[in-house]
This record gives sequence, structure tokens and C-alpha cells, in this order.
Amino acid sequence: MDATPAIELRGLARRYGERWALDDVTVDVPAGATLVVFGPNGAGKSTLLRVLATLLRPHAGEAQVLGSRLPERAWEVRGRVGLLAHEALLYRDLSARENLRFHARLHRVAQARVEELLERMQLAGRADDPVRTLSKGLLQRVAVCRAVLHDPPLLLLDEPRANLDPAAAALIEPLVGRASGRTRVVTSHDPAGGLAEADFALGLRDGRVALSAPADQVDHATVEELYR
Amino acid sequence: MSDREPAQMRPSLALLRKDLLLERRAPEAVPAMLLFSVTTFVLFHFGLGRDTLSGQLAAGVLTVTILFAAILGINRLFVSEQEEGGFDGLLLAPIDRTALFVAKAAALFLFLALVEVVTVAAFALLLLGPSPWPALPGLILILALLNGALAVVGTLVSALAIRTRARDLIVPIVALPLLVPALIAAARGAGPLLAAAGAGSIPTKWLAILALYDLVFGLLAYAVFDFLLED
Repeated sequence: MDATPAIELRGLARRYGERWALDDVTVDVPAGATLVVFGPNGAGKSTLLRVLATLLRPHAGEAQVLGSRLPERAWEVRGRVGLLAHEALLYRDLSARENLRFHARLHRVAQARVEELLERMQLAGRADDPVRTLSKGLLQRVAVCRAVLHDPPLLLLDEPRANLDPAAAALIEPLVGRASGRTRVVTSHDPAGGLAEADFALGLRDGRVALSAPADQVDHATVEELYR
Repeated sequence: MSDREPAQMRPSLALLRKDLLLERRAPEAVPAMLLFSVTTFVLFHFGLGRDTLSGQLAAGVLTVTILFAAILGINRLFVSEQEEGGFDGLLLAPIDRTALFVAKAAALFLFLALVEVVTVAAFALLLLGPSPWPALPGLILILALLNGALAVVGTLVSALAIRTRARDLIVPIVALPLLVPALIAAARGAGPLLAAAGAGSIPTKWLAILALYDLVFGLLAYAVFDFLLED
């Protein structure tokens, strides 16, 4: 883990209409570290990921991601983050291979990388089927391929193991888990699993920070309290 | 992809290729526009109670039908991006966002051209009095310029509308008034070509107006498209 912050947020706020989805969020994430974000539905976890991914502009506060200030220098960040969202960010009528090849062209990644990822995710047998015909678990594996296709230094993962069986969860681990060595922001509803992979824990409730501490100083009960 | 392609063209070509592949894989826009156009000609045939049209009336029926058919395509232009968060996937890519504009406008232009191959033939069979052959070169030029206008304005309006809940309402309400000058120029330009007495010369004044419209709106769209995609 590098002491240089990959993410620096100071009083970050974001609203939808009159409702503040994020309010006064301050957190630092060193390069190579994992921040796990806990919180009940609607707490602002996905909004935080979308702000970090440059898909939403902050409405107040300061945000610096990978050394670039948002939103002014958002263009420097695009292409250096891998986002695994609730939606797969894939075209339903294209196959996994076609989707990945398309994204490879946009990111200027060699087509060989597509084949490598399909093999690693054990998707080669279904790589030419339209993704709309894939199960949620297989779709999630294709989405993982898309998120890491361009080897981004920062991963933003919204419940990355959702829809995955234990074998598939193990399969994606080298790409998006701690072993990937990338800076990661991961949302989770699983206190035990989340804390196990976290260097830092952030708890959100109604868009505000309810918990912010190194993961080894947080116990399960504290995280579970966020959901009561 | 060839290394000789200019770097800024690569994302546009990749996006265009993807849109053409999607339309081939799951045809939506082209069949809808085709069906609409042919049905409209049948309705005009019976509604006007005339077997043949010529001159300005024929040009008006043809261009207005193409305009309304284009609205269907414009409405569908960004739908594949909206599903499953494809838009976010594009916005995360390190590409100039105007590449998306160029690709979408090119796709819409090609879809319209494809539709017009059938539509003009159907128009000639169902409604047009004079022979279409003498008018064809001029008509192709006018329709190409009209397609340019529809593609540019359509892409702009579609990008504006796609993230709103009232997309189907916003597209015609915003696009049709913007396209009135292009429609007038195209219809007036095509009128003499479809005259009962035989195709007249191409009216250069209306062609120039149509070309100027394409240029102005093309530059305007190119300049503002990036801002339309901002959150």
C-alpha cells in the first residue's frame, strides 16, 4: 500500500433535486488500499461510486481522484477507473466477445486481452451468445471482464459478488479482489466479508458519514448498527 | 482496425460499427421507419382520393413522410445506450464525446438512406405521377442533404431527450420546429424535380439553403454535444 492518496474527499456533497444523497463526506484512500462502504439501501453508496467514476458531478466539497480534481479534470480520470455497477454496462443484443471487443477498441486495448479475460472467467463457451441470454451470474462475470479490461488502477465495485456462486466469486477474486493490488472502493452489505477485505471502513446513513475508521478498529456490531 | 485510420476516428468507427451491428442483430429503427413510410403513402393515396401526385404536392408528401418516419428512428437512437447502463460504459471510456455524436449521426444518416431506397420506390409506385427516373439524381442530392439535417438535429435532440422520462414527447416537440427550415428547403427543392411536365433543373437556391442548414447545425451540434452528456 502506497501512502499517497488515490482518493481524497473533503466535505463532498451531491443532491438529486432537493434531496442530498451525499452530504459532507470526507475520506482518504491510499493507493493500493481497499475502502469498503457500508450502509442501508439509499444511504448514498452507489452515488459515491458514481461521483468517483466521474459520472456524477459533486455539488459541494472537494474531490480528488488519482491526482485529478473533479469535476474540472474528470477527463484525466476516465479510462483509469473500472466500474462494476448494478447494471452490467453491456449491450444486451451483443455477445460477451462483441461487447468486450467494442470496449477494447474504445480503451485502445489489444483484442488479445479480450480472449485472455474470457478464458480466465471461463466464459469461452458462452462468449458468442447474446448477453441477454446469460444468467445473472454469467453476466456479472462478463461485467467484471469489462471493468478490468483496460487494467485500471482504481476499481469501483458495487456489491461485486452479487449473483455469484462461491466458485464464481473465487474466479473473479484475482481480478477485482485484494490480490489485484489495485486501489478499490467496494460497497457491501456483509459486515464480516466486507471488513475482512477492507483496509478502511466507511459507513453511510442518509448520505452522511456514520462510520469512518481503519477496518481493524471496527467490529461487526458497529457495522450492523448502521442497518438498524 | 487499420493503423492508418486517424486516431480521433477510431472511437467513432467503433461506435458506428456497434450501432450497425445492433440494428442488424435486432432490427428496430429501420423496419419501423419503413413500415411507417409505406403505410403513410397508402393513407395519402386513399385520403387524398388521388392515384397520382406531382410537383410541389408530391414533394411535400414525400419529405413530410420522411421527416415523420425519421422521428421514429431519432426516438430509438440512444435506446441501446440507455439499457443496462451502456451510456455509463461509454462515458467512462477515454474518448472525446463528440465521437459519439459523429457515430450516432452517421448511423442515423445510413438508416435513413436505407429506408429511402425503399420509400422512394414505394412512393413512385403508389403515388407519383411522372416517371421518377429523370428526377432521381437531383432527388438523391436533396434527400442526402435532408438526411444530413435529420441526422445532425436528430442526434442532438435524441441525446437531450434520452435521460428524460418523456423522451417520446420531447423528441417530436423539439425536433420538428428545428427541422422546419430543412423541410421547407427540401420540399421546395424537390418540387420542380417532380413536376408533371417532367423534371426541371435542380433549384440551386434551396440546395444551398439546405447545405447551409446542415453546416450551421452540424457545427452547433458538434460544439454543444459534450455539454448535453454532462450530468
